[in-house]
Amino acid sequence: MTRLLTATVLLFLLALAGCATTPSEQAGAAVEDRGKPVGPPGPVPAKPAPDTGAKPLVDKPLGAAALTDPGNILSRRSIFFDFDSNLVKDEFRPLVTAHARYLQQNPGAKIRIQGNTDERGSREYNIALGQRRSEAVKQMMQLLGARAGQIESVSFGEEKPRATGHDEASWAENRRADIVYQGE
Amino acid sequence: MPTDIIRPMKTRWLRRLSCAVAILLSFAPLFPAHAALTIEIIGTGATQLPIAIVPFRAEAGLPQAVTPVVASDLARSGLFRLVDSGGLNPLPHDPQDLNFSIWRARGADAVVIGTIAQLPDGRYDVRFRLMDVTRQLQLTGFAFTASAAQLRLTAHRIADVVYEALTGAKGVFSTRIAYIVKKGKRYELQVADADGYGAQMVRWSDEPILSPSWSPDGMHLAYVSLERKKPVVYVQSLMTGQYQAVANYWGSNSAPTWSPDGKRLAVVLSKDGGSQIYFIGTDGKGEPRRITFTSAIDTEPNFSPDGELLLFTSDRGGSPQIYGMPVKGGEARRLTFEGSYNVSPRFSPDSKSFTFIQRNGGRFNVAVQDLATRQVQVLTDGVIDESPSFAPNGRMILYATEVRGRGVLSAVSSDGRVKQRLTEEAADVREPAWGPFPK
Repeated sequence: MTRLLTATVLLFLLALAGCATTPSEQAGAAVEDRGKPVGPPGPVPAKPAPDTGAKPLVDKPLGAAALTDPGNILSRRSIFFDFDSNLVKDEFRPLVTAHARYLQQNPGAKIRIQGNTDERGSREYNIALGQRRSEAVKQMMQLLGARAGQIESVSFGEEKPRATGHDEASWAENRRADIVYQGE
Repeated sequence: MPTDIIRPMKTRWLRRLSCAVAILLSFAPLFPAHAALTIEIIGTGATQLPIAIVPFRAEAGLPQAVTPVVASDLARSGLFRLVDSGGLNPLPHDPQDLNFSIWRARGADAVVIGTIAQLPDGRYDVRFRLMDVTRQLQLTGFAFTASAAQLRLTAHRIADVVYEALTGAKGVFSTRIAYIVKKGKRYELQVADADGYGAQMVRWSDEPILSPSWSPDGMHLAYVSLERKKPVVYVQSLMTGQYQAVANYWGSNSAPTWSPDGKRLAVVLSKDGGSQIYFIGTDGKGEPRRITFTSAIDTEPNFSPDGELLLFTSDRGGSPQIYGMPVKGGEARRLTFEGSYNVSPRFSPDSKSFTFIQRNGGRFNVAVQDLATRQVQVLTDGVIDESPSFAPNGRMILYATEVRGRGVLSAVSSDGRVKQRLTEEAADVREPAWGPFPK
């Protein structure tokens, strides 16, 4: 009964989210390009996030709807990493910056950053590697104005792969940190 | 050596047996797992002792045959060669019936004989003797009282006694193993007999479960579950099935391992940033005590059975390597130097060596390193071998590997000669941990 209810709620949330998952899916298709510094993968958002950098306190804070608006950069939630690296690449700075600003403007908002790794190597060591990735993203967000208490860095290691293949394309897809807002 | 069954020994064994039975019965509130693991043996020992296992008197018609289990246990170890006992009429069951020259002619060095009789209360009286063919005497013999449900465990006990009498090392046939089975999107933590039979489900979840670790008394398992959408360490009683989160701090909580006295766990927490090793109580109460203080990854802790040393994996030197640190505090010392990826250390029961995973080219294999000489022996040749752990007698190492894209459990003898594969149909089996001797 509870499970049925959970499933219904999940379906509803999925419907609400609409194409929230689409950008990452497209990013998955373009995986071979990910390592090259050619700008953000997938479509560039038609409407970039409002520039809040100059005077964030007087800007009208973005509502939660922006988080799932496919036209908003805040709907993009995945940061991809090179092999054996926890460096947040330049192409993901706009995404990390947008979420950091959102957190700054919405002090009640909380996120979890989930670090992931590819399937190679020890499961426990990979939990630690994924943790390092999620903490790298957290650190950058804190430098950009988010508070530490708003961000919990956790790791799934290699346990929850998005791509299940055993090749470089799948591995690249799984070397990733995902941003999940509380209540999502 | 007395030819009669040794009474004091018998009661001691019965006490142990009844304790083990209590453990088995404690699984009643849990659920039996559906498929059994089946075992495949690859390779044999350098020398194999020829032994005949004669079907016991009144064994036919029992709900659970005993001697086939004894025979398969001994054969599986790779250290014994089974000598055929067919064609004899009547079969010998008592020492006075035994014609040693027949067995010498068949090439057997030892013969196991015995009897089974049903008691008025419905239980069974199982007696066996291990006979030395060359010296024509009894090496050992025991009597057990067992219910029908306990006959298989009794068979493992007999195999343990025979193994110890003939090899000098304690048998591990009556020990248990824990592992994770992934069926579709469902994860199950299971416990089974060392031969893969009698699998019981301890816990299941739609989220990954990993890193099961046995308490030294074999009564509890610690493990990591992602059911709360992050890694949290749980301890579960195998007696009652009850479980509780013992490390659920801000960030990730993982890699639990028990101290040899069973009083604390070493875990890896990220609550203070990074992945560092802490000691916590087994009930999760009290403040975690931080043990490592680096900005590197420190994970996969493991205590030496003598309680002196803590092994762990760290990339403080640039690549993941195995380090050792006195449990009482002190400097960590790097132990592995061959290769750029050495992880997942687990001590041998005698605290003199450890098994670990070493990357060689693109392969991940089980290796053993001697602590004193630092000599390394690579024991396996799979592509992705993971999670090695020693049997409590130190003679075998259980690990996870992949065959045709599916996770299977394998075991290799610590000299690398004997390999066994445990498989389950239509499931991914991984993260094995060999349990302790029953207390």
